[in-house]
Amino acid sequence: MTDTATRNPLGSHAASDAVRPAARATFDWLFVVAVLAVIATFIRAIYFTPIEALQGPAQKIYYVHPPSAWVAFLAFGIVAIASLGYLWMKDMRLDRLAESSAEVGVVFTTITLMTGSLWGKPIWGTWWTWDARLTSTLFLWFIYVGYLILRGAIEDHGMRARYSAVLGILGSLLIPFIHLSVYLFRTLHPMPIIGKPSKPSLPNDMLETFLLAFCSFTLLYVALLRARYRLATDRAALEAEEGR
Amino acid sequence: MPDTLGAALLIARKDLAIEFRTRTAFFSAVVFALLAIVIFFFAWDPTAVAASDLAPGVLWVIFTFSGLLGLHRSFGVEMADRALDGLLGAPVPRHAIYLGKAMANLVFVLAIEVIAVPAVALFYDMPLGGAKSVAALAALMILAAIGLVAVGTLFAAMSVNTRLGELMLPMLSLPFFVPIVIPAAQTTARLLAGRPVSESIGWLKILVAFDLVFVAACTMAFPHTIED
Repeated sequence: MTDTATRNPLGSHAASDAVRPAARATFDWLFVVAVLAVIATFIRAIYFTPIEALQGPAQKIYYVHPPSAWVAFLAFGIVAIASLGYLWMKDMRLDRLAESSAEVGVVFTTITLMTGSLWGKPIWGTWWTWDARLTSTLFLWFIYVGYLILRGAIEDHGMRARYSAVLGILGSLLIPFIHLSVYLFRTLHPMPIIGKPSKPSLPNDMLETFLLAFCSFTLLYVALLRARYRLATDRAALEAEEGR
Repeated sequence: MPDTLGAALLIARKDLAIEFRTRTAFFSAVVFALLAIVIFFFAWDPTAVAASDLAPGVLWVIFTFSGLLGLHRSFGVEMADRALDGLLGAPVPRHAIYLGKAMANLVFVLAIEVIAVPAVALFYDMPLGGAKSVAALAALMILAAIGLVAVGTLFAAMSVNTRLGELMLPMLSLPFFVPIVIPAAQTTARLLAGRPVSESIGWLKILVAFDLVFVAACTMAFPHTIED
């Protein structure tokens, strides 16, 4: 209704960074480097890091699951910041950044949920339990899947950007509340053993692999975000060319 | 500020007058709530679980779902004859439109609740206890309804403009209702079991914090959803 007279969907500066798809090199160096880093992490985790005494090989999830969860939180944090920035500056590039980060974040949340489930079966004896962290991660997933569906349900560019920015900000305000309420409900998740005030209670071998995993996953996030952002930019450029 | 509040009250009165004269949304929401209460009863084995144990959960699930029906209507009614354009053209702050809509919705969901609570008490053999526990329950209802309506009104304003808006509203809102439903259902169960209110203080704090944060955030966010 209100947005029938659309502004230029590309925003003010977009024309300069919108390279025609054909004009860009098809080889994404950053992505290749990130994938190699993740593979190196996995090789180190599988072959060169000791097997944990109590959990056995199942503990190797440690080099996938917490880094994915970290990336998911990072991604949704960026969604919230980009959304806030969009409402402030109305720059479509920030909207595309939020969109890209949300999509990558949903992928990593899915990985977090699935790897957690795989670990839970041998260690807790069940694929799923209504533990606080599992439940809040599941709702995290619901919020941002909803975010992506909302984007798909709005035609107008300006309206889509504003609505999803509002949801992106409210979603980040909601997460602490969900976590607190399901935490009070019940929890049996292992407590963090790195970020605690005393010294990390992890052998050096494991700690190094763990930190390596965090770095390589973060690099993968940046690479995926960059690739997805380029896609969004190209898509906007094509739509502008088609005169929409 | 008195200007904003006055305008908000005027808008709330307008919405409630429309609703009071037609009563379609209210009656369909009430019938929906009653039907859901009855259908829920057949969803489990009554010999295994006492009906009164399930009553708090049923109450809050039904409250949220029938509340959604009312929330959807609150902006749906403005779409006919482009009434919303008239509202936006009125010389009132945008915040006032949101607050007015939210107040009307608050009355709407509380009115549903006034019918749903006795119905659950009746069908589920739920002991309401003395005047003190009824008063505590009423205060809890209001706290929960404020949070529900704050978020729901904003999403209702957004979802009327989307494809399949009637599906979009619950999909967006329900995750936001989690920190309302969990504390509310937990507190209800404790109140009905005759436990003192002090046992539920932690839950009530979450509800109050949710109300404060989301009433403020949604009031600030609303102008962005109707900008033209």
